Amino acid sequence: MTILTVLFDGIAAGMLLFVLASGLAVTLGLMNFVNLAHGAFAMAGGYICVVVVNRWGMPFLAALPVAFLFSAMIGALMERTLYCHLYGRSHLDQVLFTVGLVFMSITGVDYVMGSSQVFIDIPKYLQGQIEVFGLGMSRYRLLIILLCSLITVAVQLILTKTRFGSRLRASVDDTRVASGLGINVNTVFALTFAFGSGLAGLGGALGAEILGLDPTFPLKFLIYIMIVVTVGGTSSITGPFLASLLLGIGDVAGKYYVPKFGAFAIYAMMIVILIWRPHGLFSRAVSK
Amino acid sequence: MVTRISASKASGIFNRGGLAAAAFAALGLSVSAAQAQETVKIGLIVPMTGQQASTGKQIVSAVKLYMLQKGETVAGKKIELIVKDDGAIPDNTKRIAQELIVNDKVNVIAGFGITPTALAAAPLATQAKVPEVVMAAGTSIITERSPYIVRTSFTLPQSSTIIADWALKNGIKKVVALVSDYAPGHDALNSFKATLTAGGGQLVEEIKVPLANPDFAPFLQRAKDAAPDALFIFVPSGQGGTLMKQFAERGLDKSNIKVIGPGDLTDDDLLPNMGDAALGIVTAHLYSANHPSAMNKAYVAAFQKAYDFRPNFMSVGGYDGMHLIYEALKKTGGKADGDSLIAAMKGLKWESPRGPISIDPETRDIVQNIYIRKVEKVNGQLFNVEFATFEAVKDPGKAKK
Repeated sequence: MTILTVLFDGIAAGMLLFVLASGLAVTLGLMNFVNLAHGAFAMAGGYICVVVVNRWGMPFLAALPVAFLFSAMIGALMERTLYCHLYGRSHLDQVLFTVGLVFMSITGVDYVMGSSQVFIDIPKYLQGQIEVFGLGMSRYRLLIILLCSLITVAVQLILTKTRFGSRLRASVDDTRVASGLGINVNTVFALTFAFGSGLAGLGGALGAEILGLDPTFPLKFLIYIMIVVTVGGTSSITGPFLASLLLGIGDVAGKYYVPKFGAFAIYAMMIVILIWRPHGLFSRAVSK
Repeated sequence: MVTRISASKASGIFNRGGLAAAAFAALGLSVSAAQAQETVKIGLIVPMTGQQASTGKQIVSAVKLYMLQKGETVAGKKIELIVKDDGAIPDNTKRIAQELIVNDKVNVIAGFGITPTALAAAPLATQAKVPEVVMAAGTSIITERSPYIVRTSFTLPQSSTIIADWALKNGIKKVVALVSDYAPGHDALNSFKATLTAGGGQLVEEIKVPLANPDFAPFLQRAKDAAPDALFIFVPSGQGGTLMKQFAERGLDKSNIKVIGPGDLTDDDLLPNMGDAALGIVTAHLYSANHPSAMNKAYVAAFQKAYDFRPNFMSVGGYDGMHLIYEALKKTGGKADGDSLIAAMKGLKWESPRGPISIDPETRDIVQNIYIRKVEKVNGQLFNVEFATFEAVKDPGKAKK
């Protein structure tokens, strides 16, 4: 039974990682833009959720879309005003710029919301455990697994089956030809960026309960998010998804069975996978 | 009470601006000579940014409250406070302490949010003969690192040893410990373990959790599987909320496993937001905002009126640290050199919002009551309600030697 509980917790942790990281996988993989400030959008989602649930009394489940929209709006705004100037620049410029944004977001949130950890008031029906065939499952983690599975399927369908998805892939593969064919590349990128930021915001809102939410959130989880993206590869959305699951389960299992080295498990896995497949688990292995 | 003397009146007008130049000019008008000796400067080094920011916020608030209540002049000296943010990074602390001592010529350095920062300033205190008043950091060894260090906060072994004592007396035999993997965590674990095993208890498992740990789930599952009587927890204040939420999420609140630990877990700063999962946690600690003394009621009321948040154990460290400096200055008659101040500080006794405390003349460490408290709802808010007292506890970390 224990092994199933560990597996369950691992899957939940992995799913959460995926929602947090998928936005970065999109911007980094599809738009080739290194956005280290990704965690800041997650934090924005978390904090807006705290405000609308705790202060305005909105139900938690209704606040999740709010978190998504709020982060997506910030994302769209930033993309149009700041990020759009950096698409053509070198990766180093992008890194420096976005790291700057991270620090600004940390002090900004610290100033407005205070530095101590905050929690979202989770409704009673999401607290505690339910027993299924003797297996104790946390309701909240179950919700995470359900929601994240839905999101994954939706994102995958949008990218592969819709007109927007093909426009996006075309814009990424060859910006000039795509715009020559009448695709408004700027709009496509802006929408994609906003969507990725929105997903991060949703991840932040969902994760606050488990990961804790304070102004240093963007820095604390940057490493985990980066690991998911590098291990998963950036060519598709399934790569980061499987990588998140693998790392989530590995991390939880490592911490459970060998607590002394548990914290190292996730890094060890990353090193081994990257030696074996330097471009990540699922990459087209093309060099740009 | 502090008596104000006329010399400070002229400068009082300029206080609010905080301009050193203006203050000096004002002093120049009212006092004929030796202006430099008329001010006693206190350099307060605390983390105001980063993860430990709440510690700094509590201490600075308490120190300013003390100065507001007791006036800014003591024994004929004007007290000047210089607040610096070190972000809880030891390198910063060392640089700032040096600047304060060399450039600003401070008479006392104070504050120090975490152990490494307190240790970083220790050699400077020794070399410059400047008293270092530790208002927060809690590892036992700190006061041994310089003869100029005095502590008004607490030591971790104080709480950890007492909670082990209490556990043994209350039929808790089999314990799993879950502590953060850094110096204070080890300190808490070792002193708890020593007392517990000496009294016939059994520590069945020691789980050391990485300091930057996002998810406690696997560690808590491991603790659950060991089925102990109690779970001893020490995590830096700030992580306690997440931990207790996950504790309840795992159904551990419905099991018979008690949660015990030093009071950092149920820090007054965070307790109101921890939710009902925290109900029933038993901790040993030096201060609760709910401490039922008249002095504490007045303190909490004044604090909340001024700042709109609840004072925690860090705040009393700051408040008492300031009191210690004021009283030492009274005792020396205004002499503010390091050796006189330290000599005056040794053995001082007073009543603090936390209860009666004193400075051990031998170790320069704090001697105080440690209270056993249980988290309960008082007027709809979560509080640590004290129900047993261990009086005048010295630092067990040093008592052993």
